[in-house]
Amino acid sequence: MALNWFKFASPASFYPIAGRLVPVFWVLTLALLAVGLYWGFFQTADQLGGSNPQKEYYRIIFIHVPTAWMSMWLYMILVGWAAIGLVFNTRLSFMMANAVAPTGAIFTFLALWTGAFWGRPSWGTYWDWDPRLTSELALFFLYIGYIALHSAIDDTRRADRASALLAIVGLIMVPVIFWSINCPDPNQCAALHQRSNLMRIEGNILFSMLIMTLAFWMYSFATTFMRLRSIILTREAESAWVQDILTKEARA
Amino acid sequence: MKARQKRLAFVGLAILGVGAASALALTALKGNISYFFSPSQVAANEAPPDHVFRLGGLVTEGTIQRQEDGLTVHFDVTDNAETVKVAYTGILPDLFSEGSGVVARGRLGSDGVFYADEVLAKHDEEYMPPEVASTLKTAHAEGVADAAAGSGAPN
Repeated sequence: MALNWFKFASPASFYPIAGRLVPVFWVLTLALLAVGLYWGFFQTADQLGGSNPQKEYYRIIFIHVPTAWMSMWLYMILVGWAAIGLVFNTRLSFMMANAVAPTGAIFTFLALWTGAFWGRPSWGTYWDWDPRLTSELALFFLYIGYIALHSAIDDTRRADRASALLAIVGLIMVPVIFWSINCPDPNQCAALHQRSNLMRIEGNILFSMLIMTLAFWMYSFATTFMRLRSIILTREAESAWVQDILTKEARA
Repeated sequence: MKARQKRLAFVGLAILGVGAASALALTALKGNISYFFSPSQVAANEAPPDHVFRLGGLVTEGTIQRQEDGLTVHFDVTDNAETVKVAYTGILPDLFSEGSGVVARGRLGSDGVFYADEVLAKHDEEYMPPEVASTLKTAHAEGVADAAAGSGAPN
């Protein structure tokens, strides 16, 4: 029997589903955070060696790299929902894009912030106009721009379409961020930021980094669905089913 | 064409356009990004003579000299082809050491010495505990020695 996906695309039927999923994602977030932080603090080396002899402060990697990954990943999710919304004119897709944006912006900010705290002891500076840092800052402004443009237009449907276009144009930053340090010829991309290579990270460090990434991913689901529910209620406030819920809650 | 297909084509084209634009931007960046100049570029007079620029390379082993004031440091930066002498007064970052990567911002003096206002340390993407890193290094060094011996033997 084919599952009718369009059934879930209606705000009225997704609202209760999201409500049931939120606590599940919160539990997963907390459990993964506990494992990731424990492993990061107690099962990894106190300092690094070889060609990268960092001391305790290298542990910022357990927050920094997962937040940076999530900042790019959530932007792709945002653009995906915005594109689906533009093509199929589905209300829920635009709401989803709207709900993802603040979480993405927070992760981008955290990536820049933890990067500054890490850069100070290791490189010797909080900030430098290096290609990787500059392109990540541009991604932060894109998130802010998307949110600002959406809230600047009163007509929700027009706001949805205009900000969706902005989001799609901004997609250009994701490959630029990725290749700003990972270009094929290392001599071509002179940067302060090191390249990235998961094969050269020790197993325990990599493990807690990946667990933290999963934790932040589950956190993204939880906060996005919570935000989605309040967006649904606001936008569908006139509809009968929302009125039903509100009167029920008022009586309870 | 139905309206939905038109919109699909429009969004598809937009994403393709963005893809093409980012490919162009990346190829343009490849040629033009001059976050720092290498010692070879400085030797070839490619770096601006009267402006502040960044010099990037490796600190040559055995060239770090501290002056008596305890703050001024002299060292050489090399890209294994050319070498530039650097003078810097100030606090050096934790990871600054001989043989490791460095990015210095400053001006080239008329005496050919690069007077830096800021010295930043670079590190690579290897995250290994010291004991693992040292075994890797010996294995690597031995591998190199074996290869050298192997290639030398037939002669």
